[in-house]
This record gives sequence, C-alpha cells and structure tokens, in this order.
Amino acid sequence: MIDLDLSQLNLRSVNERLQATLPGANEQSYRVLHPNGCHALAVGLTQPIEVKVEGHVGFYCAGMNQAASVEVAGHAGPGLAENMMSGEVRISGNASQSAGASGHGGLLVVEGDAASRCGISMKGIDIVVGGSIGHFGAFMAQSGRLVVCGDAGAGLGDSIYEATVFVRGEVEGLGADCVEKEMTPDHLKALAALLGQAGMDAKAASFRRYGSARKLYNFDIDHAGAY
Amino acid sequence: MSDGRPTPRPSATFPPAVLDEIHRAADQGIYEIRGFGAKRRVPSFDDLILLGASVSRYPLEGYRERCDTDVTLGTRYAKRPISLKIPITIAGMSFGALGAHAKEAIGRAATLMGTSTTTGDGGMTPEERESSETLVYQVLPSRYGLNPDDLRRADAIEVVIGQGAKPGGGGMLLGQKITERVAEMRDLPVGIDQRSACRHPDWTGPDDLAIKILELREITDWEKPIYAKVGASRTRYDVALAVKAGADVVVLDGMQGGTAATQDVFIEHVGIPTLPAIRQAVEALMELDMHRKVQLIVSGGIRSGADVAKALALGADAVSIGSAAMVALGCNQNVHAEDYHAIGAEPGACHHCHTGRCPVGITTQIPELEARLDPEQGARRLRNYLNVMTMEVQTLARACGKSHVLNLEPEDLAAMTVEAAAMAKVPLAGTDWIPGGFGGDY
Ligand code: SF4
Repeated sequence: MIDLDLSQLNLRSVNERLQATLPGANEQSYRVLHPNGCHALAVGLTQPIEVKVEGHVGFYCAGMNQAASVEVAGHAGPGLAENMMSGEVRISGNASQSAGASGHGGLLVVEGDAASRCGISMKGIDIVVGGSIGHFGAFMAQSGRLVVCGDAGAGLGDSIYEATVFVRGEVEGLGADCVEKEMTPDHLKALAALLGQAGMDAKAASFRRYGSARKLYNFDIDHAGAY
Repeated sequence: MSDGRPTPRPSATFPPAVLDEIHRAADQGIYEIRGFGAKRRVPSFDDLILLGASVSRYPLEGYRERCDTDVTLGTRYAKRPISLKIPITIAGMSFGALGAHAKEAIGRAATLMGTSTTTGDGGMTPEERESSETLVYQVLPSRYGLNPDDLRRADAIEVVIGQGAKPGGGGMLLGQKITERVAEMRDLPVGIDQRSACRHPDWTGPDDLAIKILELREITDWEKPIYAKVGASRTRYDVALAVKAGADVVVLDGMQGGTAATQDVFIEHVGIPTLPAIRQAVEALMELDMHRKVQLIVSGGIRSGADVAKALALGADAVSIGSAAMVALGCNQNVHAEDYHAIGAEPGACHHCHTGRCPVGITTQIPELEARLDPEQGARRLRNYLNVMTMEVQTLARACGKSHVLNLEPEDLAAMTVEAAAMAKVPLAGTDWIPGGFGGDY
C-alpha cells in the first residue's frame, strides 16, 4: 500500500498518481492521509485500484468513478461519487447533499446518513444508505436502486422515472408521481443480495418499495398542476 | 364599406394572433411548446452600423491586404487551448433534437472550416466525435449520457448553466422524438416526454460552480478549456461570477437563441436580447481586467458576417450559431410544402422542431425524413455559408482598417435607434450621444 499525504502533496499530484496507475502495476492500493475536507479527491479514476481515505472529504469525492474502489473513513461533502459509472465507493460517516447524483453504475454505500437529494437524477447506480436520508431523495431518478435502512425525508422520489427505492423506516412523504409498490419475491431476493453486497445487516422483508406511478410521463391535462 | 356600415376595428390588445392563442389554450389545456427562438422584434445588430474608414482612418485593400480571422479559446488555465481558424463556432444541439445526419453534416462543415462544434443534451455520439475535429462537450443539468470517457475525448468542456431561449428553464424533448437510440443514450423509457432539469444536480451558486470546475479539470488533467454557458438575463453578474468560478471561456446566449422545444411564453418573455447582453458581459470582463483573458463567445440571432463583425466590435472573441446553421442545412426551405402543412407550418414560418417531423430532415429521428438531408451535401452548404460569413466579416473589418477581425472595436460602431444606442452603449449615428451615459462611464 502506498501512502499519499495531502499535508505534503497537493491535490493534483495525488489525483494524478491515482489516475495514472496502470492495470497490472505492482501497487494497486493507496492510502490518502490528511484529506482535511479537500474537494475533488480521487475523481476520474479508471482502474480497479483500492483507495482508502483517512479523514473527511469535501465536494465530489470519487466523482465519475470507473472501476476503482474508494473507501472514506469520515464524512463527505456534496456530490459524493457524482456521475459514478462503476466500481464501489463507501464512506463510514455521513454524506452531504446529492450523494450519488446522476450515477450511472457501481455501488455507493453511505454507512451513516445522507442529506437531501440523495440519488438525484440517478441513472443506474445502486446506493445503499445505512442511516436516514433527507428530503427529495431519488428526485428525478431515472434508473438504479436507492436503499435506505433508516427513514426518508419529504418528497421522496419526486418525478421519479424507472428507478426503485426501498425504505425500511418512516417515509415523511412521497413526491409527485411516486407511489408505494408491491414487494415481489424477485424484489426481495434482489434487495437481499444488494444489502449483502453493501454489508448491511438488515432483512429485505422489513423494507417497502417505491417507484413511479408513470402518470407524468406524457402530458395530461388532468395532471397539469404537477408539472 | 359598400353597405355603409363602419369597418370592424380589430383590438390592439387582442389582435388575431392573441385571439388564436387564447382559443388554442382553451381547446388544448397546455401551453404552446415550440422550437426556434424569439419571434418578436427586439433591438439587434441590425440597429448598429459600422463606420468605414475615410480620411481619419484608412481602410485595407479588400482583396490584397491580410485580415486574419483566427482565434484562440481557453488561454486562462487550460493546458491545451483551442485554436480556431474562424471566430464562428457551432452551438450545442443535441442528438435527439437533431437527427444523426444533421449532426454529421455540422461536424464535417465545422472541421472543413477549422472551427468547433458542440454536443448537446443526451451526450456525445461516436459519429459526431468522428466527424468533428474540434468538439466541445456539454455538461448539462440533466447529465443525460454524461460519461467521463467522453469528457476526456472532448477538446473542451462546456458547463451549461442556461440557454438564451429559456434562462432558468430546463430542456424538453417530446415523446414523439424519443426513439430507442435516443432513449438509451438518456437512460429513459422510449416515447416519454423528457423534461430535463433546469438546475445541476450537485451544485448551486458560484462557489459550488468553482468546485465543479475544479473537479472537471482534475478529471481531465487540466488539459481542456472549460466554458461556462449562460442565458442572457442578469448578464453582468452572471459573467462576473462565471469568471470568479474559474471559467476559461464564457458563452453568452441572448434571447434570440434557438431551442428545439420550449414553452412559447418562455421563449418570448424571459431573458434579454443579445445586443445589451454582450455589452454587459464585456463590461464585467473589463471590470475584472479579464477581457480577452477569459474569452467571450456570443450567440443568439447571429445570421451574417455583419452580425459577427458587430459582435466582435462590441468585444466578443467569437460567436456561435445554431439556428442559422440549421437554416444553411435547409431549415424553412421551400420544398416538401405538403409536409410543412401536415405539421401546421409553412415553409418560411416553421418552428415545428418539437414535432420530430421536420420536413427537411434536420430535427427528426424518422428515417424517411432524415434521408432528405444528405450529410455530405449538408456539410457543403454549411461550409459555404460559414465561408461567406467569414468573407463578409473580413470585408467589413478591412473597411474599418483592421488587419485582424478581433481588432474591431466599439469605436467602429454607431447606432441607428435610441434603444440600440442605450443598450450597446455606442453613440446614436451622427451624434456623440449615448443615452444613459457615455462609453466607459459605467
Ligand atoms: S424546417 Fe425543420 S428544423 Fe426548421 S423549424 Fe421546421 S422542423 Fe425545425
């Protein structure tokens, strides 16, 4: 494991080092020390390397990640793993707003809570939150799965498309066009597998499922108020 | 009247077009959604004239003396700024709004002329990357199809904050245009009305934008120029804040800028025209001592070399065309009249891009219609048009005694109307009068 210390190195050189790791290189694991809330850390990674960040990170940590596994021992600022394509991002603490925004693939695990707009515009990513999420979770979510082991704030799934949301705790309120849906055996099975992958000790049967009523997909005068 | 009755008097408040619109709204219960830009008359470049040289200044020989047109964009932070042969670029238009033939024709023409073209909502298609030597990749609020590989493949990145046709509004692509390929690129079901977001999902405000730009630079090794595109509204502040946020280039789109589908009420009533917006943008850049250091690209109603010359004289570094490029490809041409009629349009008065049934094969995904636009022929037409515009702007610049089109200056302009004089802050022709203060008195 190679240590990259942000109290000695600047952001560019740390990111450059992480981005430049070639497939098959001897060293594929890194530890990033003293992040001190720095922004845009470990962004744009393209190889299946392991990055462990010891401390809190600012905006956009692991943004647009492809294939890498990034673990943060701390809290994260807004836009954690935004537009992630693949790989895995995991934080032990809480995530600020827009965690996993527009993510296309991969797995994002927030062990603590996530703030508002978690999973906004998600496009295929799986997001598992150990705690609760703030308002407007999965806002305009297009595809992928958002799993919340705690509670969800108001406006959950507002204007949701084909994404699926699972919540174990209380839902303060559903947003426009989001409805509770039946939990079929297939859903239970897939959710159990996802919880297992995320390392969450929670029973799939204790969750409820939410998705789109598909009433806003094409303009309808009777729903004009919801536009 | 022959029967002795008085002529019926139409109302100025309720002229026929207003009556028609109220009837339509009452029938259909939905606002009008349409393509193209603002149709109302607004103060524009037509209200300015250039002051050719005479005794006080001497002109350059029209065909003999050099008048360069090259421009470099992204010199502030990017390791690889973009060099263009002409100061006329092609604005962002999505695959989805446009068909693949149109995108390809535009890419080829831009490449032939040594200029750039731009992706749109929905991401980058392999065809457009292939056909465009210099391709600007848009990062839009919807993030449809946004992919870090494409980000790295691009020559520049444009963070789209707003569009002149709808500052403050998101995109729209109606279900009839959402074919399987378009749907797949956007991760959405086929045939649904796509209402793109108007705000980015992971940042709000200038401080966040600065961090977003940092992230994009970190992902692309600080190589690519980062543009920030704003719709013209509170231009002075928006431009200043884009500069503060670290943009290399500001793209400013005035209210005449086109759209593939937006509410008519938005197109006609939100935002300010290109003319005052340019002047405000240049003032903001000068105030920050960033004029020419952060380049300014202006779009919205640019149609001719005269418009380009006037935009450059007001302080822009380059212009961008969208609607005019489509017209060069054949938009609104008087052919296939029956197909225009079928979508409720007329050749010459069509704004029906939103229907997806473009009679000339530009804004359509229907193969039979698309076949009407041959990419090679389209590219030739657009190249010709870009060439003409370039020659026109050179002619005008030479007449003003300039050996480079970027040497045109506000001093070379006068206004034909009081409004234009006030908005552009150039004197009313034949006077020294600039309503609201003299040039430089900001
Ligand atoms: S001719 Fe085609 S591109 Fe032009 S306005 Fe009509 S539909 Fe749009």
